[in-house]
Parts: sequence; C-alpha cells; structure tokens
Amino acid sequence: MQPSVSIKDLSLNFGNVKVLENLNLDIAQGEFIVLLGPSGCGKSTLLNCIAGLLDVSDGQIFIGGRNVTWMEPKDRGIGMVFQSYALYPQMSVERNLSFGLRVAGMPKDEIDRRVKRAAEILQIEPLLQRKPANLSGGQRQRVAIGRALVRDVDVFLFDEPLSNLDAKLRSDLRVEIKRLHARLKNTMIYVTHDQIEALTLADRIAIMKNGVIQQLADPHTIYNKPTNLYVAGFIGSPSMNFISGTLDGQTFTAEDGTRIPVGSYAFTTPPTGATKAVLGVRPEHIFIGDGAQGMPFTTEAEVEIVEPMGSETLAWTKVAGVAVTFRCSSDIPLHAGDTITIGFDVARGSLFDAGTENRL
Amino acid sequence: MNATATVSGTAPAENRSAVEPRGPRPKPFFTPKKIMIYTTLVFFSLYFLFPLYVMVTTSFKTMPEIRFGSIFALPNQISFDAWVRAWTTACTGLTCNGLSPGFWNSVKITVPSTIVSIFIAAINGYALVNWRFKGADIFFAILIFGSFIPYQVMLYPLVMITREMGIFGSLQAVIFIHTIFGMPILTLLFRNYFASLPQELFKAARVDGAGFWRIFFEIMLPMSLPIFVVALILQVTGIWNDFLFGAVFAGTQNQPMTVQLNNIVNSAQGTPEYNVNMAATVLTGLVPLIVYFVSGKLFVRGVAAGAVKG
Repeated sequence: MQPSVSIKDLSLNFGNVKVLENLNLDIAQGEFIVLLGPSGCGKSTLLNCIAGLLDVSDGQIFIGGRNVTWMEPKDRGIGMVFQSYALYPQMSVERNLSFGLRVAGMPKDEIDRRVKRAAEILQIEPLLQRKPANLSGGQRQRVAIGRALVRDVDVFLFDEPLSNLDAKLRSDLRVEIKRLHARLKNTMIYVTHDQIEALTLADRIAIMKNGVIQQLADPHTIYNKPTNLYVAGFIGSPSMNFISGTLDGQTFTAEDGTRIPVGSYAFTTPPTGATKAVLGVRPEHIFIGDGAQGMPFTTEAEVEIVEPMGSETLAWTKVAGVAVTFRCSSDIPLHAGDTITIGFDVARGSLFDAGTENRL
Repeated sequence: MNATATVSGTAPAENRSAVEPRGPRPKPFFTPKKIMIYTTLVFFSLYFLFPLYVMVTTSFKTMPEIRFGSIFALPNQISFDAWVRAWTTACTGLTCNGLSPGFWNSVKITVPSTIVSIFIAAINGYALVNWRFKGADIFFAILIFGSFIPYQVMLYPLVMITREMGIFGSLQAVIFIHTIFGMPILTLLFRNYFASLPQELFKAARVDGAGFWRIFFEIMLPMSLPIFVVALILQVTGIWNDFLFGAVFAGTQNQPMTVQLNNIVNSAQGTPEYNVNMAATVLTGLVPLIVYFVSGKLFVRGVAAGAVKG
C-alpha cells in the first residue's frame, strides 16, 4: 500500500542555518505519528513544511500519492490544529468551523451538514453561537480540532495542541484525540515535546534532534530499546540511569571497578575486545529486597532520598559510585539511610558505545 | 491566644498608645508627598489652561471691552458676535466669507487623505508581516528612512512632480502629498500591530484556503480596531493642523482652515479684532479637540475589545 504521507530528502535552510537536512519519512494510511523532541529540534518546522506553510529548500512531499511540494496549503488535503488554537476571535464557533468551507464556495446545506457532524463528534453543539472569548481552553481546542474535521481531509496535523492546557484538561483531551483517531482512522501527525503524549497516542514515534530523526519506532521499542544515548535519556521520567565503564566479553566493569555481568544482554552488534561503554537501566527495572534475589547483578546500597509519589515510591541511591534512582511499590517502607539489597538484569537494560553513543 | 498575650506584653512603649494595626493601612491625605504632587499638578494645569481661558473669554467680549484692558476679566456680557463673524464674514485675504470655506476645504482634504493613507498603510503593514517577500526588510528600511528626511528638502521636488502630474494647486495634490507623508509612520504602526497578532491565526486562515485579501478583510481587519483608531487620531489631527502642504499644494481656492486662519490673524489692514481672531483660532482647533475627546473613549473601548485571547 502506498504511504499516506511521504517525505523524501527534505531539507530546509533559513539562510545559513540548516533546520532540516535530508529527512525521509513514510507514514502509512491511518497511522498516528508523533514527532517528539525538545524545542528547536525542527519538529514544528517539519509539520509546517508538510502543511505548506513553509517553502522547502530541497526534497519532495507526497500526500495521498500526489506530489504536493509546490501546492498551496488548502490544496494538500490537510487540516491543522495549532497550539494557540488560532480561532478567529470575531467569528462565532459556527462561523469558525465553516470559514474554510465558505472560502471554498461550498453549498450552504453541505456546510451545515458538515458543521453539524463535527459539532456532534466533538460535543460542542451547545457552543456553536458563542465567540471564542467565551470558551474555556479545552472548548477552544475542541473547536480548533473541529475546524480541521469539517474539511474532511485525509491527514490531520497537530502542532502541540495540548501544550496550552492545564494538566487535567490535557489528559482528558489526550484521550479524546485518541478516541477521535480510533473513530475517524485518518492519518495523524502530531508534534509535541511531551513524552507522555507521545507514548500514549502514537502508533510510531519519531524522536528528533537538530533536524534529524534519531529513532522511528513504536512506543514500546522506543522505550525499551532506544537506539542511542540521546533517545534513552530523553524518553522516560525519571530518566534512565547511566553507568559508564568498560565492556569486555561478558563483563561490564564500571569506573569504580564494580563488575556487572552482561551475559543475558541481546547485542545487536557485539563489540570485539574491550570497549568503552555506557550501561543504561530504567528505574523500574531495578529491584530491591526479595525481588532482587536471583538477579544477575546484586549489591548492597544505602538509600539517600525517598520521594513518595502516591502510587509508587522513587528513591535515590548509589550503585558503582553513580547516583541511581529506582522505583518501587509505595507499600514497601523505605527511609533515607536504610541499607537494602538492590539488583537488576542487564537484559532489560541498554548498552551503548561510549564513543558513537549508539546501541550495542 | 498566647501570641496576643506576648505581643501586648512586650509591645514597645511608643506603640502602646497607637491603634493596633489591623486591616487596610490608613492613608492620610495630607502627607508632604501628596501635597507636593498636587501642588505641581495644579500649577502646571493652570499654566497650560490659562492661555485657553484668555482666548475663550476674549472671544466672548466686545471690542470696546477688550480695549478697556483687563485681559483676565470675565466678559461683562456674553456676545457671540465675534464667533459669527469669524465663521461667516471675517476677511481672509481678498475674500470676506469667514472661515467656513476653509473649514469645508479642510474637510475635503482631511477625509480622503486619512482614508487613503490608513488603508494603504494597513495593507503595507499586513504584507510586510504576513506575506514576507524578497527585499521586504530593505523596503521597510527605506520607508522608515523616509520619515527622517525633513519636509523642506522634498518640497521643491514635490512641487515639480505634482506639476508634471498636472495636479499642482488642486485638492488631489494635497491629498496625494498627505498620503505619501503619512506612509512611513502609519506603516510602522500597522506592521508592529500585525506582528503582535498571533501568527498561527494567519497560518490557520491559509490552511482554510483564504487568500491575501480575504485574510486581510475577514481576519485581520476585524481584529485591528484599536490600531485603526490610533492611526485615525494621528492622521486627522496631523492633516487638519497642517499648514505647509496646504499653503503650497492646495491652490488659493482650496486653502485649508489653518491657512485662512493665518490670513485672518495676520491681516495687516484695519484694527486687529482680537475677539474675532480668538474665536477663529478656537474654531480651527475644535476638530482635533473633538477627535481627541471622542476617539479617546473609543480607543480605550477598542483596546479592551481587542484584548481577547484566542
């Protein structure tokens, strides 16, 4: 099947600054892709290029098999939702929704039908006659989504749509977007810097840094098998614990001399000879007390700080001379100063080459 | 309870007689700072208002009363004679029809100049911000640079240009000149205002398929009332008060009110009629004054209406 959106060798420069360079991305029909990265990584720029709001310096963009590289935004078959909602302040909700259709010169009954359907899907029917100023943030963003919805397009573009909302609304609307995608089955491209949004919504996540896609994979792979140190550190909160050392055969020797067996680790490219490496372990893959028994690596450690989070407890300790966080059930009584047994299996962790920073 | 006991027990002696502080801090009116502030304010308001007072009272006096000399006294009897003569029969140069022809000339100059200059400047600002074109920055720099060149330098070339265009000495010429000279500051004004509007609105409208004019008229204009009022105040007062361009380009039959006022006041013949001069001056200044009063209110309302998020 041909991809819904296809980006080929895309480059974009602002003067001498290369924002995107030789970027390739194929997005399948009905797929939910999240572009994730810190601010300034080029993710919004990429979305604007797809929308046709920015002219590309080189490369091609295909949407639905058509080369849209030189097309106006309205001809590309896209709908877009912006972070600041971008509702037309002087128009009622209904006129906001219908603006694009009126511009296109659509017959009135068809406009009414589509506005009604969008309002029903998004449950904003009672708000149709209101002005955007009289709506709450969540309602505004619903209207903004509705504006993309009425255009009956194949591809939805979201530019950090939830970033202006408070935490509660954000998680509510996140579920709604997921529900919307399940119902409409459109292709959706979603830009965010929030990893929770990315992990919960995406079929596949593209993690970007400096205009380059670092890893493109499903959330599970991104989380458990990060392709390089950057992805490993960016995804996960609290972030992955990193221990530097040397890898030689089946043993990883930390800088302070602690030896950690790595026999169970599934190497993608087993290194030859001694290599400088970084071992990464997620906080929830570190076990304590009885749970640590039978782990390939166990050690005694002193708890330094305990952060109860309600459903779980986060604690800080030192392993192999490095500060390490681990997560455990909040039922386990933990106090600063306790000495506990902790252990982990490198099979659940990640090993990176210290030089190239790529996964081993 | 313990706390109160401690406080009252250990309170220093000078505080014991005073009222226990509670609630809003009392704000005495007669503090040295306030007396200073209000004295200064009153002094400067009087300083600025006194000439106006003299003008208005003099305009209601009769000539004999003026000759009597007490310039600060209120008129014995209020007479509107000077106002009527200033409007209808005062001599402006050769003709003696009062200021009214000048008033209508000024209206004929100010209204089109204001509308045309604001409209073009609004489009300029909008295009400069939202439709970035090659050389936009240079274009803008040149435009701004234009506002630093003194009028006198351009006066003679402009006379030649309007003569070549065949409009010298006509209403079109003054309107043309006022439109050109309004451009730099108005474009700057609109450019900055449009730049302050969220760019995403413009992007959303483009995704919705609206073009240059549609976005301008349906999205941008309805959001720009405050800046239009500011531009309106600037242009109406500026053009109404203009003397130089009116005297040079308008031709004798189209002279604006300011030029005719000058002709009345500076007339070398006969005894100077101070009451008529004063009335004519107040009449000429009335339009900018009204614009300030009326649009000032509108302006505040416009800002409030424009301050809508989302």
